[in-house]
Amino acid sequence: MNFSHQIVQYLFSGLSTGAIYSLIGLGFAIIYNATGIINFAQGEFVMLGGMLTYFFLAVVKMPLFASMALAIIISTIIGIVFERLAIRPLKKPTPLNLVIITIGGSIFIRGVAMLVWGKDTHTIPMFSGNEPLLLAGATILPQHMWIFAITLFIIIINKLYFYYSISGKAMRACSYNRNAASLVGIDVKRMVLFSFAISSAMGSVAGMIAAPLTMTSYDVGIMLGLKGFCAAIIGGMSSGIGTVLGGLILGVLESLGAGLLSSGYKDAIAFIILLLILFIRPQGIFKKAETERV
Amino acid sequence: MPRNTKEIVKFLILTAAVTVAPLFFSGGYLMNVLVFVGINAMLAVALNFLLGFAGQISLGHAAFFGLGAYVSGVLTATYAFNPWLSMLIAAAATFLLAFILGFPILKLKGHYLAMATLGFGIIVYITLNETIDITGGPSGLAGIPNIAIGSFQFDDDVKNFYLIWSFVLVTVLLSLNLANSRIGRALRAIHDSETAARVMGVNVSFLKVQIFALSALISAVAGSLYAHTMTFISPASFGFNFSVELVTMVIIGGLGSIYGSLLGAALLTLLPEFLRAFQDYDITIYGLLLILMTMYMPGGLVRGIPAFVSALLPTRKEGSRENA
Repeated sequence: MNFSHQIVQYLFSGLSTGAIYSLIGLGFAIIYNATGIINFAQGEFVMLGGMLTYFFLAVVKMPLFASMALAIIISTIIGIVFERLAIRPLKKPTPLNLVIITIGGSIFIRGVAMLVWGKDTHTIPMFSGNEPLLLAGATILPQHMWIFAITLFIIIINKLYFYYSISGKAMRACSYNRNAASLVGIDVKRMVLFSFAISSAMGSVAGMIAAPLTMTSYDVGIMLGLKGFCAAIIGGMSSGIGTVLGGLILGVLESLGAGLLSSGYKDAIAFIILLLILFIRPQGIFKKAETERV
Repeated sequence: MPRNTKEIVKFLILTAAVTVAPLFFSGGYLMNVLVFVGINAMLAVALNFLLGFAGQISLGHAAFFGLGAYVSGVLTATYAFNPWLSMLIAAAATFLLAFILGFPILKLKGHYLAMATLGFGIIVYITLNETIDITGGPSGLAGIPNIAIGSFQFDDDVKNFYLIWSFVLVTVLLSLNLANSRIGRALRAIHDSETAARVMGVNVSFLKVQIFALSALISAVAGSLYAHTMTFISPASFGFNFSVELVTMVIIGGLGSIYGSLLGAALLTLLPEFLRAFQDYDITIYGLLLILMTMYMPGGLVRGIPAFVSALLPTRKEGSRENA
């Protein structure tokens, strides 16, 4: 394999991990836009997606697609319960309190997952075999294609929902101005709940399409969640194309860095990018600066 | 010195308790645990500067603790430096790093600050794991000498207890002074509203950086003490979970309360010792505690328990009026 083939290979694997970061990042952005909350527990829904699919598939012995559907449903319910029990009753929703609550939630979900499934790493089989395809000198697994297709599908659904459905438009109204939204009769609390439901569902999908390639265990949520956040930050917390591009950029940089520089520091790359963006352009690289209203 | 008598009395009681504690627990396993209570107490009081006084979250304080431990550990174990000198270098280096990093990091607020400090913590953690030539990587760094004064070695639990708790007392004193000083009041103003503080003439950004760096410095000293007490360190002690544990200590005790931080540190260090059966699950319980405390007892135990007790007492006039 020559150098240019190697680069193509890194690009492909980078794009597929990047697609996963995009999905996770969109989850962050959707909740942030509807509520102003950064949900530190977002990564745990990614973990739940992978682990629940594994559980139904390998332990309960259900077919793949039924397992996936059940995993999405259960993750979504957990997301809704989390919002109802931990976020909504909060009397003083200051950023500090919300950070602490969502971190508490994330630790708790992770801990319960460890109690239920143990500390072992599990894998789920690829959705359609593991016969690699050759493309531009690089080998691609069918799973990579699944990842691209499912991510694209979700992004399109997402777009349609936010722009063409009543509740999607209501959610966007909330993100512009919550008081104004509630004045025109939008149930803001319900929109908050929706945003948690959508984000946890999207997170769980990201978790299950990634699991065949990256394995899954009770503690994968921290890293994946943080990288999804990094994607959203690069994209300026937009719930649209910015975050998707952010995820792809991050995935590719990480894959190139790991391949060409050092694999040990692979995870550090994402955080260095995260810090740089936060320091230099906290509004993301695609957005103009906004002034803060007091 | 703290000005009001109540605080002087409280501090003297703490000092007395520390002085006599080894008489009761000496030789036992608990003595060893109390040494760790001391280290965690230093860390919690230091984090409280930032989290409690100034209202700025750090999810990366374990990194400063780790840097202190590793700078001190490597200098003594590999290069045979004097432990006191290496503690000084560790503290100075960490202070400098935090000071430089403080400017861009503390411009961020709320969620962004949390994420940035978290990211910093993880970068340090990864670096400690990967620079195997220097740190020994994941398998750790052994052969760190005990601290000594002349030929007197701090080589058992009782000696280490007195060593570390003297540092704790100094930290508490520093913290009490800070809370009652002009800086302390300025920090509390920042906590309530940065804009208002700025309007009142507080140099908000510089003050935040100073307190961040001071907090990092104390954490690094705690790290150095930890390294010389344990004589062995590995990156696992300085990860994200430990950062969260520190935040939990401060919150459980009560944000902004110095004795609350001590209480939080003591509880979170002692509880796992008594709940051995829950060894793997302690972090799960912390998660639940964080949620419940923030929701139902946002003032922490030091404020929550007195409020709870006084609510139960029937002598309160409001209570009797409600019943009537």
